[in-house]
Amino acid sequence: MPYTLLVIVILAISLVLYALFGVADFGAGIVEIFIGKKGQKTISQAIGPVWEANHIWLILIVVILFNGFPNVYAVFSTALHIPILIFLIGIIARGTAFVFRHYDAYTDKSQTYYSIIFRYSSLLAVMFLGVLLAAIFSGTIQHDITDFYSYFLAPWLTLFSFSIGIFVCILSAYLAAILLLSEAEDEEEYKIINTFSKRLLIGSILSGGLIFLASYVEDFSFHKDFFSHIPSLIAFILATVLVPLIFLYIHKRNNWVLRILSGLQIILILAGWFLLHWPNLITFADASTLNIYEAAAAPETMKVLFWALLIGSCLIFPSLYYLFKVFKFKETN
Amino acid sequence: MEDILAARSQMALSLGWHIIFACFGMAMPFFMAFAEWKWLKTNEPLYKDLAKSWAKGVAIFFAVGAVSGTFLSFELGLLWPKFMLHAGPIFGMPFSLEGTAFFIEAIALGIFLYGWDRLPRWTHWWSGIFVGISGVISGIFVVAANGWMNSPSGFDYVNGEFINIDPIAALFNDAWFTQALHMTFAAFASTGFAVAGLHAILLIRGNKIQFHKEALKISLIFAAIAAFAMPITGDIAAKSVAKRQPAKLAAMDLNFKTEKNAPLTIGGIPNKENNAVEYAIQIPSGLSFLAHGDPDAEVIGLDQIPEDRRPPILITHLAFQIMVGLGFLMMGISILYFYLRWKRKNYIDKKWWLWLIALATPIGFIALEAGWTVTEVGRQPWIIYEIMRTEDAVTPMPGIQYSLLLVLIIYSFLTAVVIWLMSRQIKHIHQKYNS
Repeated sequence: MPYTLLVIVILAISLVLYALFGVADFGAGIVEIFIGKKGQKTISQAIGPVWEANHIWLILIVVILFNGFPNVYAVFSTALHIPILIFLIGIIARGTAFVFRHYDAYTDKSQTYYSIIFRYSSLLAVMFLGVLLAAIFSGTIQHDITDFYSYFLAPWLTLFSFSIGIFVCILSAYLAAILLLSEAEDEEEYKIINTFSKRLLIGSILSGGLIFLASYVEDFSFHKDFFSHIPSLIAFILATVLVPLIFLYIHKRNNWVLRILSGLQIILILAGWFLLHWPNLITFADASTLNIYEAAAAPETMKVLFWALLIGSCLIFPSLYYLFKVFKFKETN
Repeated sequence: MEDILAARSQMALSLGWHIIFACFGMAMPFFMAFAEWKWLKTNEPLYKDLAKSWAKGVAIFFAVGAVSGTFLSFELGLLWPKFMLHAGPIFGMPFSLEGTAFFIEAIALGIFLYGWDRLPRWTHWWSGIFVGISGVISGIFVVAANGWMNSPSGFDYVNGEFINIDPIAALFNDAWFTQALHMTFAAFASTGFAVAGLHAILLIRGNKIQFHKEALKISLIFAAIAAFAMPITGDIAAKSVAKRQPAKLAAMDLNFKTEKNAPLTIGGIPNKENNAVEYAIQIPSGLSFLAHGDPDAEVIGLDQIPEDRRPPILITHLAFQIMVGLGFLMMGISILYFYLRWKRKNYIDKKWWLWLIALATPIGFIALEAGWTVTEVGRQPWIIYEIMRTEDAVTPMPGIQYSLLLVLIIYSFLTAVVIWLMSRQIKHIHQKYNS
């Protein structure tokens, strides 16, 4: 039991770090859709050295899932086969397009194609990441296969899932914009990103409303649970309270405070979403659930997994610190 | 196409494709570090250029490897959910360690690729070494996980339940060491021959620039050493297979009859009607000697393996023949290389030598793919050897042939783009050195 909880803590940390860094890299692709060529160089330089490291949080999450919570991994990858496949295609397309764009020996017309693929596959991947996050808790996953539609499509093909997908897209672009502020090359670019980040912040609030609407229309329980579950309500309220503060600091141009505040906001939203369902990891269509303790693998596995992850962290975090020190903290030095 | 066949094909395609990029990720960092080391020692800018040009290739290959690897980590569940449900907690240990190794590799690569002018020279060089070491370690872990499928350990299987799970015993299964040893050398041999071959082709095509000569020299060192080790590590691996998986060994060598002084079969096709081999050269007692180190040893033949527990015989045998044949060919080239070096002959840009190396470009990777075919097809019909059948592990999701087609299209397209990008890199180098 204690090892299960410890593994959950590491899983949560990986999820948060993936959301903050990995998803922000995806968000950078979405930002490019809107600001186009203007920010392309900045974005390439900002995410070039770090995107692969940021991306590996996702691999770690998957590995923790199939090691420690094999039931959850098996149910997800069966019932959500199709959206996972689409998500992965997005990941393959954007990762390769980004690197091809950066490392192509010649800068010619092909750059346009790389950019288009990079931008729209980023959008596709984040959208389906949101859809997946929604589907696990929607209470739409069936226990048994009756027919193709209700087992393989119905769990995720909902307005509710896609409204969360849209929300995650906007949120990731917003986070990317905030992170990109301190990388801007000149005043003009800074202003563009600055204005855009404000719009995205407003957009994320509006799309948050869309989630409630979708939940109400499709008769999901989210809009009811939201107000009755105190810890997650507090998390969501705190995330909203940060909005005016963030506006203030966007205005003040204090990049570091902005990074911390927006990061905190993402953590709160994520925490709120998972607390709302804690300790469940899957909600099925018949309202039965699979919680963390039921889903956990044998105690010996959890123990070994925890130690493997802990030893891993002792190697990963100092190296990550070094990577970011070399490439990201240049302004403060 | 049946779903099970589609799922197996998709897995084979994804693994077979990923492994090429993974091998480059394991071996190339050492090539780059070698070139950079020469630059640091001699201050000759050519070596820095070489390290940097190779690094650009590695950046592209590594990214493709990283995303196709991510795809695989999900694909295990997408295609084999019932396998992962039971196997995940047992053989997941090497994957969680591999996660760390891969993380370090990605971080070190970021530092290496973008840190040329930001870091002290030797710090930068070390970052390259770390890319290589962590790449090799992560490869070893993944192979250890595969070893578990061939030689499951670390649990008791009682009434269809997996109990008394011991992930560390699963990591150190009986197959991990011999498989990982053979595979690590294979990564260097195949990458070495591919890179050397490419530079040889460019030299033949008239780009007589020092750049390609130096590249050829460095990559040949790695290729020759690794290729020499291939038959030796292969022998160790085969002896281990003989002990653990007699059905696989029997299929590899088309050995139908259990007998002492079993012959080694070269060539030949199986005749399933009368359980015999046709059109083959047989070396008396050869298989007994190779498998057990004793010409009088008894080797289990297919006659002792029930029909429904036999792997596809023809594919396993053909793949094995291809692997062994090419393995000896590479060893021959390797011996020739050492002889020429020993005699201090001026061979490196002689036409016949360049042609030999150019023709050998793909053989390392062909042998590698054939070797994995032996390992994977030879394990069938099991996904966990003698515990779980592949057909019982496949996803209930219908229409896998469509996702197979999708993966085929995406990977073909990416292959074409990667080749095109490489040709542009080369053109760029030639423009630089010819002007």
